[in-house]
Amino acid sequence: MRQSLLPLLAIALLASGCGQRPAPDADTGGSAKGDFGPPQGHPIKAVLTSPPHVPPPTGRDKPAKVIVELEVVEKEMAISEGVTYTFWTFGGTVPGSFIRVRQGDTVEFHLMNAPDSKMPHNIDLHGVTGPGGGAASSFTAPGHRSQFTFKALNAGLYVYHCATAPVGMHVANGMYGLILVEPPGGLPPVDREYYVMQGDFYTTGRYREKGHQPFDMAKAIDEHPTYVLFNGSEGSLTGDRALAAKTGERVRLYVGNGGPNLVSSFHVIGEIFDKVWFEGGTRFQENVQTTLIPAGGAAIMDFRLEVPGSYVLVDHSIFRAFNKGALAILKADGPENLAIYSGKEVDEMYLGDRALPNLAAVSQAAAAAKAGDLTVEQQIDAGKVLFSGTCSTCHQANGEGHPGVFPPLAKSDYIAKDPKRLPQVMIGGLTGKVTVNGVEYDSVMPPMGQLTDDEVANIATYVLNSWGNPGGRITKAEARDIRAKSPVGSVAAH
Amino acid sequence: MARRAAVLLALLPLCGQAAPPGDRYVTVPGGAFRSALRYEDAADGTTVAPYRLMRRPVTNAEFLAFVRAHPEWQRGRAAVVLAEPRYLSQWSGPLSLGDARPDQPVTWVSWFAAAAYCAAQSARLPTWTEWEYAAAADETRRDAREDPAWRERILSWYAQPSTGALPAVGGQPPNVYGVQDLHGLVWEWVDDASALLVSADNREQGAADKLRFCGAAALSTDDRENYATLMRVALLSSVQAADATGNLGFRCAKDLP
Repeated sequence: MRQSLLPLLAIALLASGCGQRPAPDADTGGSAKGDFGPPQGHPIKAVLTSPPHVPPPTGRDKPAKVIVELEVVEKEMAISEGVTYTFWTFGGTVPGSFIRVRQGDTVEFHLMNAPDSKMPHNIDLHGVTGPGGGAASSFTAPGHRSQFTFKALNAGLYVYHCATAPVGMHVANGMYGLILVEPPGGLPPVDREYYVMQGDFYTTGRYREKGHQPFDMAKAIDEHPTYVLFNGSEGSLTGDRALAAKTGERVRLYVGNGGPNLVSSFHVIGEIFDKVWFEGGTRFQENVQTTLIPAGGAAIMDFRLEVPGSYVLVDHSIFRAFNKGALAILKADGPENLAIYSGKEVDEMYLGDRALPNLAAVSQAAAAAKAGDLTVEQQIDAGKVLFSGTCSTCHQANGEGHPGVFPPLAKSDYIAKDPKRLPQVMIGGLTGKVTVNGVEYDSVMPPMGQLTDDEVANIATYVLNSWGNPGGRITKAEARDIRAKSPVGSVAAH
Repeated sequence: MARRAAVLLALLPLCGQAAPPGDRYVTVPGGAFRSALRYEDAADGTTVAPYRLMRRPVTNAEFLAFVRAHPEWQRGRAAVVLAEPRYLSQWSGPLSLGDARPDQPVTWVSWFAAAAYCAAQSARLPTWTEWEYAAAADETRRDAREDPAWRERILSWYAQPSTGALPAVGGQPPNVYGVQDLHGLVWEWVDDASALLVSADNREQGAADKLRFCGAAALSTDDRENYATLMRVALLSSVQAADATGNLGFRCAKDLP
């Protein structure tokens, strides 16, 4: 069995020419192969950035000792226009500062808690191998500093968050961020990188209720957020603060979800992710519309901008986007690319079956009627178009109707007995029992008051001259007379 | 401004003398109590013996009087192992309040300093259980903890930034025992603060860790909704006895005579 498979595999690899791609069952070795030995060179102070910015790639091919200094700050900031909230932050922003290291780096982590903090805090980095992810080693009172060291054994994009009790409240107040552990070879280069993180927020007041809003524990336990936001406030990434890029550029988003409760259906309206390193891991999926980001999880996505304009980042659990704030803008500048996306080419009425070209027959008939030289043929042509728009829904395009419900107009003894019944029923409607071709019907046809005398005459003439009916003609004048006799709203069946 | 402060300071000792010492305390009747913390030896709750508790947290003025009488506790004189370098750093000098107001609760005090203050009053710091017992009350009930409004009120203090100046003591209505400001003003040292969660015993280290990170945090409290109490415990467990912060004050307790 194994023998017979091997040649096949070899052929498959040769044929596809993708020998550099690891076989699906190959792995990178994880933490067991993530230790590249002791740190080399001088210690490096990590560059930390505020969202939506991302530190530059480490550009290193050797493990280093990296010193990270992160300060916890409790501060009041706007959560929406005219609405303030007391955020607890890593580095003064929500989400917290972006940290970027390389797999195998030894990270010396300093957590400072500002002297005017009310609460003790700590940090659990999902990129740490060790109990609590650093939490127990970094429990820090206000006005104190803690230090611990870890080796980043696994590459990937990881969430960090405060894990001081009550954990949910600390997270709900904005205490989360991302740490990127680059694989040894780095990530493929792109033109722009941005940092976006979703979070859900719980305030005692309603969505957009003005003033200072305290945290609402009951709503948080019930998982009923008041706000679902990118980067901690409504409008953090819109208007002047929208993410910016140019057409032709490759853009990479590092997107995390701090939670505390919701899972994000992350989507960029008008773009397709060329690659998604789903769950922030090692493998990428290609050509993705929406990627799921769990609370306490992250994903990396690459895409190339072809067409200028505004691209809307949303949680596609879509009420969150439009009713709770989970909305951001990426603005792409550049020349139009009409071959890829035309913009609006047509904006006109859509009439379904009464499509525009056919209505020519109607207007011809109307013009002829005005001029006084309207022929039966013109009436039939116009009537056919009008019939297909209004009448065929029930009576069918072939006039057969629907057995027991809508009487037939084809070969109809009811019509043959008195052709004027056609305009009468169209104008006045018909309710109650009627026998057509030996079958009894008991339905309601509402008056077609929207039809003009011209239209009634043309439709009736078309029906009279179709499907084995006796022929003949109904004129506009006849239709007008019938309408005059028909009491207004005589049939209120509709 | 400086002159006014000087005048106020001159008056302070008089104020302190004007109030009969007994009036600073109320008697808290004992009773059965179930702590928000899970004590292995008190699974069905515990009994709190009657005790005396200060109506209000100790103020700057009161603590100033103490360090005047006990120079070894003045800023700059107290041993660093007993009070960290920021001890009383909100005062302009070892014996002058400066911008700190006399009626504000004293903060930036270590556990050792707080315990020394109480000892000088022939008192002691309350135990955590005594403190929690008194703080479970609201204006009309001895145990209001089941009331979401009680919890919300406490949480709303947590939600206020602490960057502004502290209010004066006594700003809140007395609870059913006549005690004020247990919530909504400052954290308070308790006698057994260092025993709350951190122990020198290695076998208990694991348990202590439970409060510090995900998931397990919820397991070490009996009342999982009682975040309000838990956060106070978390704060106390984050500091060492020589530590001080700008939000941590204290009040004293006494056994019944």
